[in-house]
Amino acid sequence: MSIVHEIELEAQSAVAPVQGRSQWQLTWRRLRGDRVSMVALVVIVIMVVLAIAAPVFAALTGHPPNVAYPVTGENAAGNPVGPFTNGFILGTDSTGRDLLVRILYGARVSLFVGVVTTFIATALGVAIGLMAGYFGGIADTVLARFTDAVLAFAYVVLAIALAVVYGPSLTIIMLVITFFSWAGIARIVRGQTLSIKEKEYIEAARSLGAGPFRIMFFDILPNLLAPVLVVGTLYIPQAVVFEATLSFLGLGVQPPTASWGNMLADASNFYQVAWWYVVFPAAALLITTLAFNLLGDGIRDAMDPRTERLLAARRLRRKNRKKRKTGVAGTGPNPDFPDPVHVGQIP
Amino acid sequence: MAADDVLVRVENVVKYFPVKAGGLFRHTVGHVHAVDDVSLVIERGKTLGLVGETGSGKSTLARCVAGLLPVTSGRVTFDGRDITKLSRGAMRPLRREVQMIFQDPYSSLNPRRRVGSIIGDPFAIHKIATGSERKRRVQELMERVGLNPEHYNRFPSEFSGGQRQRIGVARALALRPKLIICDEPVSALDVSIQAQVLNLLSDLQKDFGLSYLFIAHDLEVVRHVSDRVAVMYLGRVGEAGPKDALYNRPRHPYTVALLSAAPAADPDTAAARQRVILTGDVPSPIDPPAGCRFHPRCPKAQPLCATEEPRLVPDMAAEPAADGDGDSGAATAGTAGENVHLTACHFPVAAGENLAAAASREFA
Amino acid sequence: MAIVGYLVRRILTGIVVVWLVATAAFFLFFARPVETVARLLAGHAATPQVITEVITNLGLNQPILTQYWRFVDGLLHGNLGYSYYSQESVNTILKQDLPPTVSLVIGGTILWLIAGLSVGIISATRARSLFDRASNVAVLIGLSMPVFVIGELLILVVFLPLNEHGITWIDTGYSGPTSGLGSFFGHMVLPWITLASVQAAVYTRLSRGQLLDTLGEDYIRTARAKGLSERRVIFRHAVRAALTPVVSQLGVDVGQLLGGVFVVEIVFGLGGIGQATVQAVDQDNLPVIIGFVIIAAVFVVVANIIVDLLYAALDPRVRIT
Ligand SMILES: Nc1ncnc2c1ncn2[C@@H]1O[C@H](COP(=O)(O)OP(=O)(O)OP(=O)(O)O)[C@@H](O)[C@H]1O
Ligand code: SF4
Ligand SMILES: [Mg+2]
Repeated sequence: MSIVHEIELEAQSAVAPVQGRSQWQLTWRRLRGDRVSMVALVVIVIMVVLAIAAPVFAALTGHPPNVAYPVTGENAAGNPVGPFTNGFILGTDSTGRDLLVRILYGARVSLFVGVVTTFIATALGVAIGLMAGYFGGIADTVLARFTDAVLAFAYVVLAIALAVVYGPSLTIIMLVITFFSWAGIARIVRGQTLSIKEKEYIEAARSLGAGPFRIMFFDILPNLLAPVLVVGTLYIPQAVVFEATLSFLGLGVQPPTASWGNMLADASNFYQVAWWYVVFPAAALLITTLAFNLLGDGIRDAMDPRTERLLAARRLRRKNRKKRKTGVAGTGPNPDFPDPVHVGQIP
Repeated sequence: MAADDVLVRVENVVKYFPVKAGGLFRHTVGHVHAVDDVSLVIERGKTLGLVGETGSGKSTLARCVAGLLPVTSGRVTFDGRDITKLSRGAMRPLRREVQMIFQDPYSSLNPRRRVGSIIGDPFAIHKIATGSERKRRVQELMERVGLNPEHYNRFPSEFSGGQRQRIGVARALALRPKLIICDEPVSALDVSIQAQVLNLLSDLQKDFGLSYLFIAHDLEVVRHVSDRVAVMYLGRVGEAGPKDALYNRPRHPYTVALLSAAPAADPDTAAARQRVILTGDVPSPIDPPAGCRFHPRCPKAQPLCATEEPRLVPDMAAEPAADGDGDSGAATAGTAGENVHLTACHFPVAAGENLAAAASREFA
Repeated sequence: MAIVGYLVRRILTGIVVVWLVATAAFFLFFARPVETVARLLAGHAATPQVITEVITNLGLNQPILTQYWRFVDGLLHGNLGYSYYSQESVNTILKQDLPPTVSLVIGGTILWLIAGLSVGIISATRARSLFDRASNVAVLIGLSMPVFVIGELLILVVFLPLNEHGITWIDTGYSGPTSGLGSFFGHMVLPWITLASVQAAVYTRLSRGQLLDTLGEDYIRTARAKGLSERRVIFRHAVRAALTPVVSQLGVDVGQLLGGVFVVEIVFGLGGIGQATVQAVDQDNLPVIIGFVIIAAVFVVVANIIVDLLYAALDPRVRIT
């Protein structure tokens, strides 16, 4: 299900190594030892399964996502009913629709947007960053200025402009999210490419007669996969947050289609009478993004060769706890694994 | 010397790197004179050693010879063909004939690729062998350079420094090249392992009739492997000659200083040698000194040295010129092979002259 | 006076940037079939007569360049046009909505930087302590929550219970500082916390990582070995070096801040520029939207100049040229 797992499988099926322990295997082993990451992974898998199975829940409860139940779903005052009332497990929303079913349908939107935009942005960012870093020159300068501009540009401005001209829609927010994500990835990839390009094995490939695209693909790309995987994992929750925010502002997914963002926008009118209307969608959102963030951090640590040293240092410290002093070396960001939080940080 | 004996002819090669400044609108503010008017020959089946301080342009020259860098001016002929003006496509066949071995056994192998695929890369790029045929040939190569063919699927990180350098040698050997350029191939290795790799290189030279351009800092290593040696200083060749002549009767003050600074294995030589201490820093290659490039640091410098550039010529007094024609001296002398001992100095060091004394007098 | 020349240059390029943004927005909105624009303005149910009327009234049938010229001319005179709905001048609308937005941005930024940097620094100097672990968790949660969720939760768990118990100091809506500082802070405290929270999380993480890296550097070890007190080592040497890259990131983040401002204004009903703009989008009130786009561009440009000056002040290696 997870990316890590797929890559792991791929690495194994490539050429059965005699003894070669690939980097992915090492990473996977370390990751499996990390309880937090494993819990996060399980949560993500459950979330995905629930999202896929949303129609099943709709059928089981007999409450399609966009159908309002003015009688059973609202109380005498016309307000939403609470959890476990009249067969509504998590209660209802402002128009008496099943909150649980709508949250699950919202998960479909969030995960779809998160994964698809991250995927497109990553592919774009890698391609552009790789070329800019490898070829350098004017193309690189233009890209650097452009990424700076994109990163400094207020995303709301573009979202608003597009919403005005074309009307708010899922396609537009996906465009906006992609537009504001690729530049950060391109920047990381460009930086990595610049340093990899100077390695002697690139010169070696050139001296063998390899062309630029072969070099980019066979020699540089494999070295980029690790940081890109980390960044990608951490971009997914950002895209989810981004989608929710735009939908909250009314610039994204439009009602009656359920999205966590537009549900929470509507919920803000019902604080006093329906706490569940705020709490459950917010919890779903938080759990999802938190799980992705934790997994991303876990993968980064598992891939960072310094983790091994860190763990060794920790064991050592535990031993000499008595004469412990301040100062921990080597826990800062690894240049190979740029802190992605900061690269395309979104609301 | 028959032209046939010459594999590579480097003629007046110049390589400048532009120095850029400014942010958005970058412009060239000067040039690094990395290689400046160098002429050399590499003979078939022989090794040309190249020594010089860091930054003297050895690697740059090597990359020009390999066709990896376009030259600013001058000519490199390989097997009688001028390779400086070839397009990328026309260069491809040449790539099979010239290979490189690099200094750093860690950064010269892609850490994310398996050894088999690294050594098989030349076959893949030139579409020579695929599938099991490629694997067989890779394993043959591994065996030839002293690696266990079973380790085909390992990653470079699972090998030691010496083994990694053997992987680099196997990769360079794959296409059966005529020339291998070794850019400090053993500098990063332990002394004991250096000898193993050097012996492997000389065995391969015998077996395959390879020619080497061998770059090193270590004068003893160069002496061990080379037939001829050239000494570079700030992008220029200061002295070039047969190994024994150059080591035993150095004529350029810089060569003398280099040799005197190197630790000598033989205590007698060590005692006989007087250390010549060079003062001052190496001048910037962006703005090299006029006249003789060595003159700001040379203990023998005279006013003439600062104004007139010494040409690389045989010592007329010691050995009669290889050709009788005095006028075309520089060009022919620069490309002459085998036994000619060339020096670019107005006042070469005579046999028995004590340069150390001159140096200390100067700076007393 | 290198700095004056620098400022003049930056301001001139800034003006060009703002002009480009304004032009792009203008053509994006108006370079479409006249009918489409008019229909946007008049509403979908408008009769053909109404549409013709709108077209002539707003001068939409003039050539686009003429309209653009009028627009630029207005801009040069500091006139952003008139709202399609209230016929009020956009300047007036923006001016009256500016105070809540400015209060929010300034207070939020101060809180964001103070919280982010101080927590980051303390965490780094006590790596793996309880404080560090707790702050790591908080940072992760902060990174995982959209601004509006934080705001809504604050309303739910702070504002509503307090209100129920008769504590009304903390309130939603906006009350300017002129009508009493106490009530000003009461109205702004939750919005400030909300706006600052997400950014603070990012900066905690960044400054902690940077400082840890710096503390591992040779010159810091030398300083320690020389016997300087730990406090002195950290504040004299490490923090300054660690903060430089953090500050250079600020320029990138001001653009993001704007998004947060929108959300916070809506959640707390502050009625600033953001809220006005979202409303304008609902009504397709193009002049107001263009006005906002221009204000946003000015904000980003000015903030970037300030950040670059700060950066130069912190890092002696950076020369302003
Ligand atoms: N790609 C480049 N761009 C700009 N300058 C360069 C480039 N490559 C080399 N130089 C400069 O050219 C000069 C010669 O460098 P080169 O690497 O050839 O020296 P070297 O003799 O091989 O030194 P070392 O012994 O350290 O390997 C140096 O001053 C170097 O800085
Ligand atoms: S030419 Fe003059 S300066 Fe140059 S090496 Fe000879 S003596 Fe020294
Ligand atoms: Mg070199």
